[in-house]
Amino acid sequence: MIAGALVKLAKVISGARAVWTTPIDGDAQRIFFANHTSHLDFIVVWSALPMAMRARTRPVAGQDYWMKGRVRRYLSAKVFNAILIERTPSSASAEEKRIAARAAIERMAAEMGTDYSIIVFPEGTRGSGDEIAPFKSGLYHMCMIKPDVQLVPVYLDNMNRILPKGEALPVPMLSRVVFGEPMAMRRDERKEAFLERARSAVERLRENHG
Amino acid sequence: MTYPFDRWLGMLPMDRSLVLLLAGVLAALIAGSLVGFILAKTVQGEAGRATVANLNARLRAWWVMVVVFGIAVATGGMGSLLLFGLISFLALREFVTLAPTRVADHQALFWSFFVLLPLQYYLIGIGWYGLFAIMIPVYGFIFTAVRSVLAGDVDHFMARTSTINWALMVCVYCVSYAPALLMLEIPGFHGQNAALLFFLVLVVQLSDVLQYVWGKLLGKHKVAPVVSPNKTWEGLIGGVLSATAVGAAVWWATPFTPAQAAGMAFLICVMGFCGGLVMAAIKRDRGVKDFGTLIEGHGGILDRIDSLCFAAPIFFHVTRFFFDVSDQVP
Repeated sequence: MIAGALVKLAKVISGARAVWTTPIDGDAQRIFFANHTSHLDFIVVWSALPMAMRARTRPVAGQDYWMKGRVRRYLSAKVFNAILIERTPSSASAEEKRIAARAAIERMAAEMGTDYSIIVFPEGTRGSGDEIAPFKSGLYHMCMIKPDVQLVPVYLDNMNRILPKGEALPVPMLSRVVFGEPMAMRRDERKEAFLERARSAVERLRENHG
Repeated sequence: MTYPFDRWLGMLPMDRSLVLLLAGVLAALIAGSLVGFILAKTVQGEAGRATVANLNARLRAWWVMVVVFGIAVATGGMGSLLLFGLISFLALREFVTLAPTRVADHQALFWSFFVLLPLQYYLIGIGWYGLFAIMIPVYGFIFTAVRSVLAGDVDHFMARTSTINWALMVCVYCVSYAPALLMLEIPGFHGQNAALLFFLVLVVQLSDVLQYVWGKLLGKHKVAPVVSPNKTWEGLIGGVLSATAVGAAVWWATPFTPAQAAGMAFLICVMGFCGGLVMAAIKRDRGVKDFGTLIEGHGGILDRIDSLCFAAPIFFHVTRFFFDVSDQVP
């Protein structure tokens, strides 16, 4: 019930309209990957999914933010069923970061199991919305572990104006969630080439539907 | 004066003339829906079917709008305030979505949505004419400009601030004049002001519909080919004249004589046309066909109320100037 109310609330605040450029159905496991500009992003993507798909889709979010306070803990655990990932402090050494990233990827793959889809933001951090930053390599490593998963590019339009980085209160403008054509990693595709291909898939959605 | 069905009407919580107006609108809607139903069964050809489907979508939306408006008016001042406040909110969001604002305007926009807009309707609710009439153009405009400049971003500053000001003007200030009609004090018309609001909305929307109908039937010569290619002289003249006639015909529900009612209805129609034209120019400028997707067949809420925006304040002030007595020294 709380989930239903939150979905409605998120839709009202973000005025989000889902646009499916190609029909997506079936039970395949998916990774929805989107550009990231606002704290509301994953709720908006999650809310835009059809109900059956939403029930089997888990957002990936930062543990530091979502473990703070009882409300956030409740929401992330019971409502969104989020996969919480520990973020390494920027002071950590390169080696520590590499190990932590590795562990996070393995956690995500394990939590996905054979049923769940996930929502990720491969830019790694929120941007200003002016451009889509290069993707971090997490998406690539996920695909190495789970090669059969369907990759769905998602472009979030206008979220950077609704709740920009650094602002606490949202302005209720209209936004759109554009779902692109599913893609997959090619065999023997190099990491950089794959990440750029994924990024440009989101970029194309922005050019054609933004 | 006495009305037909006087005893029965007396039991309803509304003014009698208002009930009759509402009944008339419902009768027209029922007739329209029947026509739409028959057309859907009989019309052949792809273009014809598309037109009928659009007509029926519009009719369905009209049912919802009439019911919502009827409830709002029937519940008196509070219902109307809430309804038009909500309309302002939805319109403002559609407008701002298309406006070229930047992160530096975020706070100014937040204030516009959550402080200035409710405050405007609150001032109308408490009947403070002196402040409601200047709050947005004086305090609101200055405040939003200052709030944006404090954020320290000068890129396109003039375009950004004037867009926010114009958004507040059109979506909040102008629209709020519709429920403000309830605060007018007209001798011999006490407690019946909801009929004025009904008169305004009826004439404005009817003018839109009739312009559309006359345009579809006879339209040939374009009025404003660059701004709004669907508007024709035939549609404009036919729509304005027939809506003016309807306005004159319901004079008994207003404080006006038949001639005055015709004049007011004509004024409302002309201002409605101007409002529609200006909003169409804004849409062209931003490269969109509709402001939103809220109402099926109509586009966004701003597409539906574009003609109300200019008609409401002008109708309010002309009525106030000629009929209101609150300013007069006893």
